[in-house]
Parts: sequence; structure tokens; C-alpha cells
Amino acid sequence: MIDMTPNVTLAIVVGVLVGTGVYLLLERSLSRVIIGVTLISNGVNVLMLIAGGAAGGPPLIGSGPPEDMADPLPQAMVLTAIVINLGLTSFVLAMAYRSWQLHGHDEVQDDLEDRRIARRAERGAVDKRDDDVGTNLAIEAAEARDETEEVPLVTGHGPQLGAEDDDVTGRRS
Amino acid sequence: MNWLVPLPVVIPLIAAGLALAMSRRPRVQGAISVAALSLVLAVAVGLIFVTHTQGPQVVNVGGWSAPVGIALVGDRLSALMLLVSAIVLLCVLLYSLAQGIADGNEGAPVAIYHPTYLVLAAGVANAFLSGDLFNLYVGFEILLAASFVLLTLGGTGERIRAGSIYVIVSLLSSILFLIAIAMIYAATGTLNLAQLSERLLDIDPGVRLVLQVMLLMGFAIKAAVFPLSAWLPDSYPTAPAPVTAVFAGLLTKVGVYAIIRMQTLLFTDGALDTVLMWAALLTMLVGIIGAVAQDDIKRLLSFTLVSHIGYMIFGISLANQTGLSSAIFYVAHHITVQTALFLVAGLIERRGGTTSLEKLGSLGKLAPALAILFFVPAMNLAGIPPMSGFLGKVGLLQAGLELGSSLALATVAAGLLTSLLTLYAVVKAWNKAFWQDAPEKLPNESTPRSMFGPTAVLATLGVLFAVIGGPLYNYTDAAARDLQAQTPYIDAVLVHGDRGEGDSDAAGGDDG
Repeated sequence: MIDMTPNVTLAIVVGVLVGTGVYLLLERSLSRVIIGVTLISNGVNVLMLIAGGAAGGPPLIGSGPPEDMADPLPQAMVLTAIVINLGLTSFVLAMAYRSWQLHGHDEVQDDLEDRRIARRAERGAVDKRDDDVGTNLAIEAAEARDETEEVPLVTGHGPQLGAEDDDVTGRRS
Repeated sequence: MNWLVPLPVVIPLIAAGLALAMSRRPRVQGAISVAALSLVLAVAVGLIFVTHTQGPQVVNVGGWSAPVGIALVGDRLSALMLLVSAIVLLCVLLYSLAQGIADGNEGAPVAIYHPTYLVLAAGVANAFLSGDLFNLYVGFEILLAASFVLLTLGGTGERIRAGSIYVIVSLLSSILFLIAIAMIYAATGTLNLAQLSERLLDIDPGVRLVLQVMLLMGFAIKAAVFPLSAWLPDSYPTAPAPVTAVFAGLLTKVGVYAIIRMQTLLFTDGALDTVLMWAALLTMLVGIIGAVAQDDIKRLLSFTLVSHIGYMIFGISLANQTGLSSAIFYVAHHITVQTALFLVAGLIERRGGTTSLEKLGSLGKLAPALAILFFVPAMNLAGIPPMSGFLGKVGLLQAGLELGSSLALATVAAGLLTSLLTLYAVVKAWNKAFWQDAPEKLPNESTPRSMFGPTAVLATLGVLFAVIGGPLYNYTDAAARDLQAQTPYIDAVLVHGDRGEGDSDAAGGDDG
């Protein structure tokens, strides 16, 4: 059986790679973020190698006793992770370039929408339609009528009312 | 019938290649995509029958037996997820095709839209079917890479801004997941889910807790669970309407699915149930309070999306059969309803020229069909009685009362409050956009009828879930029972005790 005790040097390498990666990830500039992500991913890949135990012989049938062979699975996984990371890194690079094309820099910008809403709430300037349910009691009361009231005057009843109607309007108002 | 299992992954991938080859012929591309996703839908229907009657279906890829090779597993839970996601993917595709025809396909890089969309479908299916932790990671990466492209489609300034935040957060969650995978492999020497479920019981509880926390962090970012949810309402609303709709419906639910799988198969000692329940409570409340403050329909819907993830996490954290079953029901309901609402938001944007509630108005008079289309899924989301949202919430609240701990009761109360506030938020949106007069006259646009079709189908489906609520609950009950028993899954994968079907003698060590 191969030695499963983690190698201290490798563990330190993982720590340094991930540590510097996290530091860069906290930056605003996309290009630094990419370098950070790449460093962390490489750190994780080394971690994966530690997980497979110490190096052994090539894992080929017949090349030696199976107990002395290296574990091939972490290596296969690291390879997959490297390929995936390559693809994603190139995408972020393209995005950083596009951001530079559009804005002249590649810094990640804040979302302004939430800030706008917060500022508006501070000012107390809520949308005036917010609590408006589509009706206004005062206007409704003025418009409401029932049979106890006088028949209200409605202009434009029809052509047959003609001039008399105009007279009535004149007297009452 | 296990040949059905890999098809939902393989068909979209092949179709993506074909669609890319046909990039100069948008019509052919569209036909390929529709055909591929219809086939996936048919396969998902087949799979749901097979798994329901014959138990979990397993394919050992390449004929290598389970812990050595990669297994694809379809059980009741993944079959249901596949079916719902296939329906949603197909409807959104039809919607975006109609939109493309209406816009004359100008200015939009449709040539890459269809292949990327199909790759996304393959990634989602792969994540649902994966029986191996590393394959689950690959599935996540496939769907994330596709989602990056879709989210930044066209590369406008606003999309690049929103996209860069989404991309960085997603990369971070993938890294966390990968670290968890490395540590799990170091601790147990396997990544096969079935074998892990046996081996994780034997390791030190402290180490197990660390592994669980690491995995949960990775998945919770993807599912947008509260302290890790801030990226979602920021990045989703800027994308094109169909893209937002499919992201909102599916991507967060893939995270929820992964959490369900992990909590029921890998870490069954319930060490983090209390933490999860707190997260659920806070997700619901913080999300819905955010939604109430918004005045843009798309952002409002994004916040309700975050908030309702809390319900599903609540169901998972209860860790009893009723809770799990209702959580699965709620996932199915929420995928359709949330997607329908985002599609409607896209229609509103076309009709009114904006999604800002300050500028919209009088749509009820101008577009009555649109008003109905918004009203039905909105009420469904809020959980108005005869609809499926109500059934899901009742199930969850019942399960919470069953457990009866004070935290569970508090979360039940938070759930009720969230439901009420959801109603308030959507009714406010309804009032402003449809009921009141517009502050300024809206442009005289017309929305193509063909875009209404898929939206209406999804909205109806959300209601239909209530009609078939009984059988659906029976199904999710059975799925939850399987998940809790674990044995159906493990026995299906590891047929010969510690090996699955296929070529691999027990030669040498047992670490792979």
C-alpha cells in the first residue's frame, strides 16, 4: 500500500496558492480576479493530488504489484478540472476585454438599482401611486349621487333639449 | 429499460453539435432544438413510468462497474425533476423562437443561442442523473458555462456588468465544490454517491461535519439560500426574458436538488438541520422584504424567487417524509410558476416598453389576455387556495407542525408571513401595471400571439398541478420514502454488494 500521509510541502503549496488567490479575488479588476481564480484552482488541483496519496508506480496492469501503483483517479479528475478551468478562464478574459472595450476599464461595477431604491426610501419619496388603490374617497363622495339629491345636470343630453337646457344651466349656476 | 437514462444528456449534446454546424440556417437550428427537446420530454415521461414501476434505473457508463466507472442513476426524484425541466425548457425554447421570428432575428447572435441552450439542457440533465459526485461537478460546470454565455448574450454594458458578478460567484461556488470533492475523496476514497453513503458513516463525525459544510456552501450559493443569495437579484434581471425565465426556473432548483440528494443520501445524521432551518427562515423573510421594496417587475420576481427557495430548504431541513415530499412537490410547482412569471414579464416588457412599475399602467385595459396570464401564476405563487402553490405550502406547514419544535413553528409562521407578503408584492405589481392608469401613454406595440402560447401552457401547468395534486403527492411521497430509505438507490447502483453491473473484477485495492 502506498503512503497516505499528506506531504507537508504540498500542503504549504496549497495554502500559499489559495491564500494569494483569495487576496486577488477580492480585487475589483477582472484581470486580477482571473489570476486569483486560476491560482485557487491550481491550489485545489494540488489538494486533489494530496488526496490520492503519495506518488507510486504507473497504474498499468502488469507494470508492477498493484499495491505500489499511484491512484489514477485523482489525476484524471485534476485533468478534467484543468480543462474546465481553461475554458472558464478564457470566457472571463473575453468578458474583461469586452468590459474594457465598453468602459475603458475592466472593473466590476456595483449594481445601482438597489442603491437607487435605498436613496429614494431615505428621501421618503415613495412612488405616489404606491398606496393608491385606484380610487380617492373625496372624489368618489363628490361623484356619488343617489335619488335623494337633486337631479344633477349633465350637459349634452341630446339635441332635442336644445336652447332651453342652456337656460336652465344659466339660472342654476 | 435503463437505456433511457443517458438519453436526456446525450440527445441535447448531439443536437447542440448539429445546431452549431447549421449556424447559418436559423430555421434548421430551431427545428433541431425543438426536436431534441421534444425527444428529451418523451424520454423523461418514459423514465418517470419506468422508475415508478420498476425502481431506480442505473447505467454504468462504458460498461465499467459502479464505484470504478461513472454511474448515471434515474430514480423517482430525478425522473420528476427531468420531466418538469424538459417541459420548461421546451416551452421557453418555443417562446424564444416566437420572439426571434417577431424580431426578425436581427442584432441577436442567434447562431450561438440554440447550441448553448441545448448544452444547458444537457448540463441540467446530467446534474439530475449523476450518481457520482465528480460527475455532478461536471454537470454543474456544463450548465454554468452555458449559462455564462446566455447571460451575457450580445455583450451589452449592463449584461457584462451583471454577468461578471454572476460568473465570479459561480466560479467561487464551483471551487468550493471541488475542494469538498478533494476532501471527501481523501477521507473516503470514493466519489460514488451510493458507496459514499455507506462509507461516510464510518468516518470521524467532526471530519464529516466539515465535509458537509463545504458541500452545503457550494450548493447553497447555486440555490441562492440566504446569506449566499445576494448575487441572484443582481444578475438575473438584465438577461433576455427567455434566458432569465429558464435560469430562474431551473438553475437554482439544480442546487436545491443537490442539497436534497446530499441531505438524504450522504449526510443523514441531521447535523446541520437546525442551521438549514434558520437559513430557510431568513431566506424567506429577507427575500420577500426585498421583493416588496422593488419597483421593477423583473427584480421583484427575482426576489420572490430567492424567498421561495426558503420553502424548499425548510422542507429539506425538516428531514421527515412529509417535509421532503412537500419540498419535492414545491420544487415542481415553483419551477413552472416562476418560469411562467418571467415569461409574462418579458411579454409586459414588449407591450409596455419597460418593466418599471413606475412607468407601466392600464395594461388591464390594453392587453386583457396578458393580464390574465400574469394574474394566474402570480396568485399561484402567493398560494391562493385552489392552486398548486397552496397545496405545496400546506404540505410544508403541516410537516413543520408535525415536527413541532419551536424553531419549526417559528419557520411555519415565517412561511405564512412570506406567503402574505408575496401576495402583497404581486398585487402591488398587478395594481400598478394593469389596474391603474399609466402615467404616460404606453407605446402602441403588439405582442405576437405565438409568444402567448408557451407562456399560457406553463401558467396552466401550474394550475394543473393542483388538479393532479393527489397523484402527484402520492408520487412525491414515494420519492421521499425512497430517499429516506436509501436502500433502493444503493441497491440499484451496487448490485453485487460493493460493485455494480459491468466489467471490473475486484482486483487490487478498493480505493477507486
